[in-house]
Amino acid sequence: MSKMVLTTEGDRYVIVTRRFAASPELVFRAHTEPALIQKWLLGPDGWTMPVCVIEPKPGGRIRYEWKDKNGNGFHLTGEVVEVNPFSKIVHVERMHLPDPTPDNHVETRFEADGRGTLMTMRMTLPNEQARTRMLATGMEHGMEDSYARLDKLL
Amino acid sequence: MQALDAAFFALSDPTRRAILARLARGEATVMQLAEPFEMTQPAISRHVKVLERAGLLTRRVEGSKRPCRLDKKGIKAVEQWLGVLQKALARNYDRLDDVLADLQRTTSKGEPR
Repeated sequence: MSKMVLTTEGDRYVIVTRRFAASPELVFRAHTEPALIQKWLLGPDGWTMPVCVIEPKPGGRIRYEWKDKNGNGFHLTGEVVEVNPFSKIVHVERMHLPDPTPDNHVETRFEADGRGTLMTMRMTLPNEQARTRMLATGMEHGMEDSYARLDKLL
Repeated sequence: MQALDAAFFALSDPTRRAILARLARGEATVMQLAEPFEMTQPAISRHVKVLERAGLLTRRVEGSKRPCRLDKKGIKAVEQWLGVLQKALARNYDRLDDVLADLQRTTSKGEPR
């Protein structure tokens, strides 16, 4: 239906596009209201976001904290740079693993598309060191399936 | 709107991060890797295996030892990173579809008839 497309722009940016069957206003709200963000911005099953702070205005703070069912967790902090309701959000963010990853500059746009919304997100491709650290934290959930598939092929 | 959503995969497993940090300084055997931790060698071996399967660590044979080192190839692979990111984002946006459907339902329910 509304498959996501992920491409790179040179070696510095990642572009993600995705269609949603809702108005730009609703999609924008789902990106800026903590009670809504906490329902979907979660990663693998079993993770929750007990702390969600976002002030959708220039200079506004962002803080997301995630926990899994065993009590493991990490958090992200950031700042809002620019907001155009309901069409654009620009922000900077970094993950604390626990040392902060390099700043990631993210621009998210919402455009009316028929009866739905086309979202385009442009983010910074992290450097090699940051990728290593993120992969080291993430492989278990993210990669298990692909390795299981690979095992079958071999 | 997070970006590096991939860390969701997270686990933020401190032992594996420490293993990678140690190997960044040079080769080590599982016994050497286990030293700073209050963990058994089999437990460390399991972490090593996870790192190895992810292409972040390789082992070579030296007599009866099998020292570990970082696998530069795996670490450099942007494709690997993008694959993880893609998966994390896709899962989140599928969930967002449900959130939006609920919002639309409650929004229209709230309107006067």
